[in-house]
Amino acid sequence: MELQINNEIHEVDVEADMPLLWVLRDIMNLKGTKFGCGISQCGACTVHIDGEPVRSCSFPVAAAAGKAITTIEGLSADASHPVQQAWVKHQVPQCGYCQSGQIMTAVSLLAKKPKPSDADINAAMTNLCRCGTYKRIRDAIHDVAGNNPENTLAYEA
Amino acid sequence: MKNSTINSSRRRFILTSATVGGGFALGLHLPGKAQMAADGGSDINIWVQISPDDLVTIKYARCEMGQGSMTSAPQLVADELDANWEQVNIEYVDVNEHIRMDRAWGAMVTVGSQTIRNSQEYLRNAGASARTMLVAAAADTWGVDAAEINVSNGIISHAGSGRESGFGAFAAAAAAQPVPPSVTLKDPADWHIIGQSFPRVDIPPSVDGSQVYGVDIELPGMVYASIRQCPVFGGTVRSFDASKARSRRGVIEVMSIDDNAVAVVADNWWRANKALQEIEIEWDSNGNGDVSSDDILATFKASLDAPEAALMPNNSGDADRALANAEQVLEAEYFTPFLSHSPMEPMGATVRINPDRVDIWASTQAPEGLVSEVVNALGVEQENVYAHRVQAGGGFGRRGGSSDYARSAALIAAQLPEGTPVKLLWTREEDTQHDFYRPLAMYRLKGGLDSNGNISGWKARIASGSILNQMRGVPLRDGVDFTAAEGFTRLPYQIPDQFQDFKLTPTHVPLGFWRTVGWSQTPFAREQFIDELAGAAGEDPYHFRLKHMAEDELSRHILEKVADAIGWNEAPAAGIYRGIATTEPYGSYTAAAVELSVNDAGAIKIHRVIQGINTGHMVNPDNVTAQLEGATVWAISAAMWGEITLQEGQVQESNFHNYRLLRMAEMPVIETVLEATGGFWGGVGEPGQAPILPAFCNAIYAATGTRVRSLPLKHHGFSLA
Repeated sequence: MELQINNEIHEVDVEADMPLLWVLRDIMNLKGTKFGCGISQCGACTVHIDGEPVRSCSFPVAAAAGKAITTIEGLSADASHPVQQAWVKHQVPQCGYCQSGQIMTAVSLLAKKPKPSDADINAAMTNLCRCGTYKRIRDAIHDVAGNNPENTLAYEA
Repeated sequence: MKNSTINSSRRRFILTSATVGGGFALGLHLPGKAQMAADGGSDINIWVQISPDDLVTIKYARCEMGQGSMTSAPQLVADELDANWEQVNIEYVDVNEHIRMDRAWGAMVTVGSQTIRNSQEYLRNAGASARTMLVAAAADTWGVDAAEINVSNGIISHAGSGRESGFGAFAAAAAAQPVPPSVTLKDPADWHIIGQSFPRVDIPPSVDGSQVYGVDIELPGMVYASIRQCPVFGGTVRSFDASKARSRRGVIEVMSIDDNAVAVVADNWWRANKALQEIEIEWDSNGNGDVSSDDILATFKASLDAPEAALMPNNSGDADRALANAEQVLEAEYFTPFLSHSPMEPMGATVRINPDRVDIWASTQAPEGLVSEVVNALGVEQENVYAHRVQAGGGFGRRGGSSDYARSAALIAAQLPEGTPVKLLWTREEDTQHDFYRPLAMYRLKGGLDSNGNISGWKARIASGSILNQMRGVPLRDGVDFTAAEGFTRLPYQIPDQFQDFKLTPTHVPLGFWRTVGWSQTPFAREQFIDELAGAAGEDPYHFRLKHMAEDELSRHILEKVADAIGWNEAPAAGIYRGIATTEPYGSYTAAAVELSVNDAGAIKIHRVIQGINTGHMVNPDNVTAQLEGATVWAISAAMWGEITLQEGQVQESNFHNYRLLRMAEMPVIETVLEATGGFWGGVGEPGQAPILPAFCNAIYAATGTRVRSLPLKHHGFSLA
């Protein structure tokens, strides 16, 4: 089966129902995408398929054939993507394990809504973070969006 | 961040034996011989290496799992060294070298919020000693008095002669200087690196996928293992039929491990796990197969009623007489459930066994614990075990007490051809159902009020298991488990007649250190009961606390700061209610205040959380803030949804759909109050959680009149808006 991963074409010989996550990690050795739960609950495995965030632990590889797969490694060559830079500026990660998925989800959100509201962030950013970095994730997204930083404390309903 | 890769040719330290206190940081240098490292750097001592190009490499012995001390601990060394932080590189201490050198770098285990407070003295000494040796080398070369030499921001200078230099030019000569017998550490007023919010050194690789966790190790010829352990703790494998699994694509081996687990090894993890699911395993539950949560609760109830228990050391006066003479007496029972750690990175380890060495890679809080597990599992010498350093995808105590996953990986590797690296990865279900859980505990509290509304008598009975007694057979001290009792072994409230005792209540459920340990649960009882007493006295909970804290200035200080921050003395907006609490965990002083509202359906909207901490000295304030933010999320997740329950001896929760954690939409606004009053070194990673839970529940009582005495809140009709 032919896969387009980070703008390169790869031929893989795997079962059609193998989740994309394990093709990326164990076959392609792209370890930035993480296994957290296996049931689409945590989002640590989030990658883009044709720009859409997908939880690759529950996404059969066959369904990704012929589509553009982007992993954290393909987001930029040198961690220069504005979302990655904002993550460093706001010192978002703690253990960091969920952050590839958080970043991929945030990039997709910002592509669709360059000026997301807090409600937009709440709706899109459903990934789990056990360290509890949500406040800084929100601040970093607002920063990339150029939103008034005052709004970052105004997300009460 | 590259891992330290010191080979034997670079082992250049003479060791006699491990010395106590800060001694091991110094005096290990080989006097008289400048030792050049392979990359041209010179080791000034075991913590500090300087290259000719002025790069200062500071060694880091503990682990990094997001708590930030891989950055803050080296700040202690760099400050006394007067280094330029921009020129500092940080390297992990090699575990094998550490063991071979009689554990020269002190503790590697990263638990108990101890890294800064328990290493600060020897780390600062190491920096100061290296600085002294650099100065002596410069004084020799320049022919000037060492006392006239200044060191600042990585520059050594002598005003009289106008000379100045970076560190690199004197590195080799400094390494040849005698180690100063003693050094004078800076006055805190002169610190310029301690107290600065330098960015964490481990963050950049966490944003581009290049951070290496235990589960990310990939080696030539690697095979992958998935494991299923007996669902009932203490149970064993009776039999299993692997015929179907063996015929699946990629499957290499099917085996039982320690008589209590079955593992499949395949050419990738998904194939291993898929095959494992097809194996029908017959288990023997060995007597625990009918234990339910109800049975366990009944056992704990009996412990509260037991006529005798072990006395705690802080008992004073005559609590029974004080209660008999009290104007009012209150009694209440509190309950906190078992909880799992559930770090985002599931348990796992990679092991490769060769004739002369065993290598292990695993996310851990206890690198030497990995070595011990391998030694115990395989019967090899610890000097021949090489544990490699990686970032841990969360620890929270799970990776500090037991390294059970390392044992499993070693036993799997032992059944494979020599030299085959095998990576064991647990599913989330295994992770949730085979944890070492936060102990379940019950508390019965009695308090008496005199006619002035003062607490005149106090009794507390704690029923809990013991982590170390159950995990390692460590005997209790006078019958009390002090990690379960912390929070009750010293009250910040001055109550002359107090009595506290502890009833050990073991079950078959494995217990472990869960972030903030006893302090994650005892304040739920203590600080809510203080509110109950304040209510009975008709007093404001904040001022009621203050009047009982006359002799505890530090507890009072942080409580006052937090009350000021939330504006306690002015009424909140209509419909918004407040709770407050104070705690004194792990050498720090913490307090919290919460503002929330609750609608008719029981949906709680948290409007604001104020988190305050006084750490005494504070190394990296932004990292402290991050830890407080995270601790709030941790505490509210546990409060709302956290419980591990048992039916037929088995844990019922399995994954994040039924072990709920807080998500972005539920994240409250958090403001932090950082206090560094000096005079002591308090912990950071855990203390923030301690006051959140009771402050939150006290606010719920203020809003609803419902006093929640058992967790989680979901069982009381509450949800999070």
